[in-house]
Amino acid sequence: MKISADLRQGMVDISPMLLAYIPISALWGTVAASHGLSPLEAYLMSVWVYSGAAQFAAMDLGSQGISLLSLLIAVFTLSLRHSLMSASVSRHMESFSRSKASVLLFWLTDEAWALIERRALSHKISPSYFIGVALPLWLCWTLFSALGAWLGNAVGNTAAIGLDFAFAAMFIAVVAGFWKGASTAAVLIASATAAVVAKLYLPGAWYILAGGGAGMLVALLAYRDVKEVQPDAI
Amino acid sequence: MPFDVGVNILIAIFCMGLATYATRLAGYWLLRGQVVTGRVKAAMDAVPPAILTAVIAPTVFLQGPAEMLAGATTLAAALLRLPLLVTILVGVGSVAALRLIM
Repeated sequence: MKISADLRQGMVDISPMLLAYIPISALWGTVAASHGLSPLEAYLMSVWVYSGAAQFAAMDLGSQGISLLSLLIAVFTLSLRHSLMSASVSRHMESFSRSKASVLLFWLTDEAWALIERRALSHKISPSYFIGVALPLWLCWTLFSALGAWLGNAVGNTAAIGLDFAFAAMFIAVVAGFWKGASTAAVLIASATAAVVAKLYLPGAWYILAGGGAGMLVALLAYRDVKEVQPDAI
Repeated sequence: MPFDVGVNILIAIFCMGLATYATRLAGYWLLRGQVVTGRVKAAMDAVPPAILTAVIAPTVFLQGPAEMLAGATTLAAALLRLPLLVTILVGVGSVAALRLIM
């Protein structure tokens, strides 16, 4: 009973994101088709690569005729944020066997990760919850990218109804759950500032690592401050 | 036509997938079983809020006033402890409305 409840809770938690995924995956399918990919090729890329950022970049870079190696370097750097997320989420997967965790992590996405971290604030993370959050997203992403490639320009203007903001809204909601006072504020301000500056001056997805690194640095420094003020508490 | 698969595309897809999967495994494999304490733990604890913020900062702060105000509205909804779905709807609804009037 516990297991199916976790599975169900994961699916409930992720359900609003499915709605936001549909137009994005269909849009990617449309872009892929316009770059000459067949619906099956688009489907296979979504199944195996499974990364919006990497897949959109691949279409963009592919049309510029760059080498496979350059493409892979771009894909790798765009996905490096997942390494930090995977390191962070590993602390909630101590009870998973190494092989089970390694298989499940294939489905680690920004959205799934955010929800898992949020739940870990108050619950133990079970493999069922991971699957409940991760699998529907993957099914949605792969199915609708294939449909997008097949049907062509079926995607309307998602900005008009604000759906492009759903991802940011969910992340804001999850961030709020991590609020622990002034030290959190310092981390958030450092992260947002570094990310914005990096976005303005650096290419690709370096802004994510810049913001994450700045936030971690501030937390590291703030930790020392606490120790100096309250030596007895350690 | 819908079921065409080119060899070159297949190779590219395979290699790209290895690259994305590797990034998803790396953090877990490096940190699993490691006991982190003190400063390192403080830095690791900061990863979720710092990365969450970094990912969305350009969307919220660099697109325009509608996105900034919608971000603030969403944050208010989140701090009121509204359910996740409601908070997301507040965000989506407010950005759509603000884009209409701004």
